[in-house]
Amino acid sequence: MTALLEVEDLKVAYGKIEAVKGISFSVEAGQVVTLIGTNGAGKTTTLRTLSGLLKPSSGRVVFDGKPLSGVPAHKIVSLGLAHSPEGRHIFPRLSIMENLQLGAFLRKDKDGIEKDIQRAYDLFPILGERRKQAAGTLSGGEQQMLAMGRALMSQPKLLMLDEPSMGLSPIMMQKIMATIAELKAQGTTILLVEQNAQAALSLADQGHVMEIGNIVLSGSGQDLLHDESVRKAYLGED
Amino acid sequence: MNTLPQQLANGLFLGSMYGLIAIGYTMVYGIVQLINFAHGEIFMTGGFGALSVYIWLPGNTSMWLALPLMLAGGAVVAVLVAVGAERFAYRPLRGAPRLAPLITAIGLSLALQQAVFNWYPDAKTDRVFPQLPFGPYHIGSVRIQSGDIFLVVAAILCMTALAFFVRLSRTGRAMQATAQDPDTAQLMGIDTNRIIVIAFAIGGLFAAVAGVAYGLKYGSVKYDMGFQAGLKAFTAAVLGGIGNIYGAMLGGLVLGVAEAMATAYIADIPGMEQLGGQGWASVWAFVLLILVLLFRPQGLLGERVADRA
Repeated sequence: MTALLEVEDLKVAYGKIEAVKGISFSVEAGQVVTLIGTNGAGKTTTLRTLSGLLKPSSGRVVFDGKPLSGVPAHKIVSLGLAHSPEGRHIFPRLSIMENLQLGAFLRKDKDGIEKDIQRAYDLFPILGERRKQAAGTLSGGEQQMLAMGRALMSQPKLLMLDEPSMGLSPIMMQKIMATIAELKAQGTTILLVEQNAQAALSLADQGHVMEIGNIVLSGSGQDLLHDESVRKAYLGED
Repeated sequence: MNTLPQQLANGLFLGSMYGLIAIGYTMVYGIVQLINFAHGEIFMTGGFGALSVYIWLPGNTSMWLALPLMLAGGAVVAVLVAVGAERFAYRPLRGAPRLAPLITAIGLSLALQQAVFNWYPDAKTDRVFPQLPFGPYHIGSVRIQSGDIFLVVAAILCMTALAFFVRLSRTGRAMQATAQDPDTAQLMGIDTNRIIVIAFAIGGLFAAVAGVAYGLKYGSVKYDMGFQAGLKAFTAAVLGGIGNIYGAMLGGLVLGVAEAMATAYIADIPGMEQLGGQGWASVWAFVLLILVLLFRPQGLLGERVADRA
């Protein structure tokens, strides 16, 4: 069986500095796969390359049977790859509703869009209560919900979440993680980048540990969670 | 002639023109953070485009028929110049240090002036521009000329249309998204290159309308008319809060009125007798700009930069 996303020997460089040094991994439909690792490991660079914002220097990415090389970022989302970026990046001066509508920018089915906006409000009731409010006035956690809701609006085959728990209070972080678990239960395929390794690995079917541009360890979420070197390096145990 | 209502009206007419041109600066800046210093020349080519259509039309064509055709001709020329500038001068420099496109813009500005100066027939001095066959009108003590009426009507129509376009159309929404966060806009499926071209095109279109208005108001167009007008319109855009389309129009009006008032009344202030009159108009316009930048750096309607993060 071929995977939904197949990454082969991907290399990405900023000028002369290679941030991703030839990584390979895949995501099967229905799976949650996580990339964990410290700052500067190349996780965000990997996601930005997959969604077309960065150009790889070499390697192959095949998504849903189609090679992504040379496809511009604004066309990649129409293939079914949605990206909720690091730092949330909601459109601050547009309302919550307008942000969600932008997530469905390429869709033509008005009724379907309406239904999915309602679904986002069901998933995150606070967004529904504040639908007319400018997104920039939301708290960090609420902005994260909006960013996730917006990414879902394109009806993606694969949802990429970059650091969804970054900068959030412990309670908000739990809430976001619970939502990811809920999306997983609904069958959404997710590629999750997280610094909170504990939470990410407990959710993930597959995990990859990145260090300065390489994948140094791969395994099932549970295996990695119990791996001694991972526990030492990322879960704060000695 | 020199009554307060008259000066106010003069200021509003002039300000409408500044505002129309300022839209081009502010839209382009809002989306690509580029000051298109060649925008004054785009305004100028719009005026010359319209003049060319008039010259090409049979001599006895009614001005009521000629005007729409002139507007269309001016718009085609100015939009082509604006979009061409984006495609061939600015796009190759996207991602380069800020100074590079700025120098390019100044170079392009000079090149466009010289191109018209050298190649447009008899363009080395003022070229006479046709007039609308009505007016002037008198409302109380205020004298209004046909060109001024065109200017005000055009400014109101253009501004209203733009406001609706940006707020309600799909492309307008995409423009707002691109202005606020271009990378994320691409993640939504927005072709940001297309949005940038549209911003330049709208700027060119409005500049062409202003160019025609300039010709109607002053009775002539000239190869270097874009320099002063462009500088003032840029000032208006900054004054209103660069990146904000309503700010551009408001900034234009405030600047126009301030200029008219200063020209007429500064000399009445004891000790400042030497500082009134037309020669000092630009000085007072820029003094106003400096004051606004000192006390409200984001401009009258500008958002705080923190909102962009």
